[in-house]
Amino acid sequence: MAAGAKLKKRRFDAVVVGGGGAGLRASLELAARGYHVAVVSKVFPTRSHTVAAQGGITSALGNVSPDHWHWHMYDTVKGSDYIGDQDAIEYLCRNAIEVVYELEHMGLPFSRLDDGRIYQRPFGGQSQNFGGPQASRTCAAADRTGHALLHTLYQQNLRHGTHFFDEFYSVDFIRDSQGRIAGVLAIEIETGERYLFEAAAVVLATGGGGRIFKHTTNAFSCTGDGLGMVARAGLPLQDMEFWQFHPTGVAGAGVLVTEGCRGEGGYLVNGDGERFMERYAPNAKDLAGRDVVARSMALEIMEGRGVGPRKDHVLLKLDHLGSDIIMERLPAIREIAIKFAGVDPIETPIPVVPTVHYMMGGIPTNRFGQVIANDGGEDEIVPRLYAVGECACVSVHGANRLGGNSLVDLVVFGRAVGRHISDNFAELGAPADLDESSAELGLGRIDRLARKEGERPDLLREEIRDTLQAHCGVFRTEQTMREGWIKFEQLAGRCEQVAVKDACEIFNTARIEALELDNLVTVARATIVSALNRTESRGAHARDDHRERDDEHWLKHTLYHGDGDRIGYRPIAMQPLTVETFKPKPRTY
Amino acid sequence: MRLSIYRYNPETQRSPQLQDFEIEPGPEAKFLLDALLQIKDEVDDSLTLRRSCREGVCGSDGMNINGRNGLACVTPLKGLKEPVVVRPLPGLPVIRDLVVDMSQFFKQYRSVKPYLQSDEPVPLKERLQAPADRAELDGLYECILCACCSTSCPSFWWNPDKFVGPAGLLQAYRFIADTRDTRTNERLDDLNDPYRLFRCHTIMNCVDACPKHLNPTKAIVKIKETMLSREL
Repeated sequence: MAAGAKLKKRRFDAVVVGGGGAGLRASLELAARGYHVAVVSKVFPTRSHTVAAQGGITSALGNVSPDHWHWHMYDTVKGSDYIGDQDAIEYLCRNAIEVVYELEHMGLPFSRLDDGRIYQRPFGGQSQNFGGPQASRTCAAADRTGHALLHTLYQQNLRHGTHFFDEFYSVDFIRDSQGRIAGVLAIEIETGERYLFEAAAVVLATGGGGRIFKHTTNAFSCTGDGLGMVARAGLPLQDMEFWQFHPTGVAGAGVLVTEGCRGEGGYLVNGDGERFMERYAPNAKDLAGRDVVARSMALEIMEGRGVGPRKDHVLLKLDHLGSDIIMERLPAIREIAIKFAGVDPIETPIPVVPTVHYMMGGIPTNRFGQVIANDGGEDEIVPRLYAVGECACVSVHGANRLGGNSLVDLVVFGRAVGRHISDNFAELGAPADLDESSAELGLGRIDRLARKEGERPDLLREEIRDTLQAHCGVFRTEQTMREGWIKFEQLAGRCEQVAVKDACEIFNTARIEALELDNLVTVARATIVSALNRTESRGAHARDDHRERDDEHWLKHTLYHGDGDRIGYRPIAMQPLTVETFKPKPRTY
Repeated sequence: MRLSIYRYNPETQRSPQLQDFEIEPGPEAKFLLDALLQIKDEVDDSLTLRRSCREGVCGSDGMNINGRNGLACVTPLKGLKEPVVVRPLPGLPVIRDLVVDMSQFFKQYRSVKPYLQSDEPVPLKERLQAPADRAELDGLYECILCACCSTSCPSFWWNPDKFVGPAGLLQAYRFIADTRDTRTNERLDDLNDPYRLFRCHTIMNCVDACPKHLNPTKAIVKIKETMLSREL
């Protein structure tokens, strides 16, 4: 289709951008309540990155150890290093129980205990009775929980008649002539045709942006598309300095090895064969918070106690568990270790390194998923715009997410968004009749890529990933980040001049990758600016030049504004819904 | 390393052709997907394929590799006979290069009503399921819908509109085998058809092709057995 040709239009009550766990839970809620809802996804929904989640979904069912949602809440607030919003965390942990039972009723094939109830395994940062003994809180379908969850949600959406637009790439959301959120501009990848989806509500469920780093567990598709859209629309991004390094990515390959391995009794050893986590976290050991374990590993490697010819990784030991446990509870991990590390964990430990895994920051929302704008004053809700899942920052994960809390975030808040749209549908107003001019900016972004000569997007993308890896890693300093910022600014400037040689309209993936690059640049920019600004260490943000947590000055959310790379702040919601505040304490495991 | 890749651009080509590439795989290139993306980045950005998780769990990059269906991201470069001949999955319409139109495949998947249906009242907590009953689902629920199996099946090639195919039948059995699903009879009635189920002639290409080591033929046999035991 030539530039300027007519847009195809579709109208729905609500349009969900992204078909991962959060998007599909939101669309399911709406479809089941009789709304006309579309899921617009750049990949076939079951290919979304939720599918790669392994270890499980955390919920205080109490099937294995005594448990209570309030204990789950305590652990999550502590895990967040006290900048998670306590109202949202209470909502998460209370609702976690019901949503997991719902998933079971939908058919999710959970592993089972002997009495037939859902199997739960211990995960990092889980305690009984507010910091007491280890809890077993993570519900699992072997080590394929994300796959089982995503397929179950997709199946239920089929059942309830959700409209799927598979392999449609969303370019930008669209406002009507009065400035209200009114829809989404998308490209049908197969044909190259441009579509305008008109809707009374737009839900961004586009996932994370871990592809800004060279070493990541994230899929190619994790390019932060929703964050790019929000920033281009002049709205802020929150807490972008907080990136989780998962302790156990396969060294060299980056592929995830679940925390469930340590939950089942595996542990880490250094080059001296020492179980070093006993030194760093005497109580929780290998099941301390992920930030704590990742930093300990990085220190071991930096101090020369790594493993291998270059002493650049450590080992995850599972062989003592026996083949029965590994085959029953960690079968996919065994497959991954054999394929990507060349070792069978039944006999040989897996080489692992801390690997970028999860974006705690994102699009600021309240606990209903409504997107929040704030430029120096009070919070303002952006009517008709929602964000949910990894792209959103509610914030329930604060400065460090606990394992198993991501899947539950998707489902609890996906449902909450669906409910909120449904409960307030009359007030949202009817979808507007959009004309082509409303999509001009987005269409221009597509057309500019067709220039004959220009920069190679793949080279720029890889250089940006190298830069973020080297200058915004596990340990950060003003100096390394400033150097990184200078390199990044040059690369970002060149990104304005990318050219896509492929001129075919049919399934042009080079063009999609170039559009994704815009979003990666936004995510990277927000990350460096926010990380430079926060002069303390908290959760996953570890500053070598500011090693202490500083509650006096930094108990607040960072807001990144794309115009002029400005920083603002929002207060943390310290007041839960019904219980008392968990006040900040030193965080030890 | 030499690769011979199926190319088809419907805007400029009347018919597809194999194009040869010679590349020096980078030090980190271990799998076929790495080599294909290296060609896309460095040689020809128009080379078209699907990919996402690069760890064999999303099911995007099913293709035909030296005559066998598999996932490019978990096919090691080491040991591949050169030139590596890479074609789209056979039997489905080609959209462009290595990208096939999977509508027919997904239509068959949807036709088995691949979702749990239960007429039992919903309990307050989880439904109970004995570990042994849950174990019946192992080898069934792990399907990633990559279509490697169905597109290796001659019966699916001839009757993609009428034969459910191995992937769809594996899913059908996943719900028949689930003790929580109460619609077994309806599911069996729906499949009791000369085409939908009985076009399977146990050629077993599907078992060979499945990158997740699942066994659709076994599931199909179990559907037939369940049908038979119902009639007896």
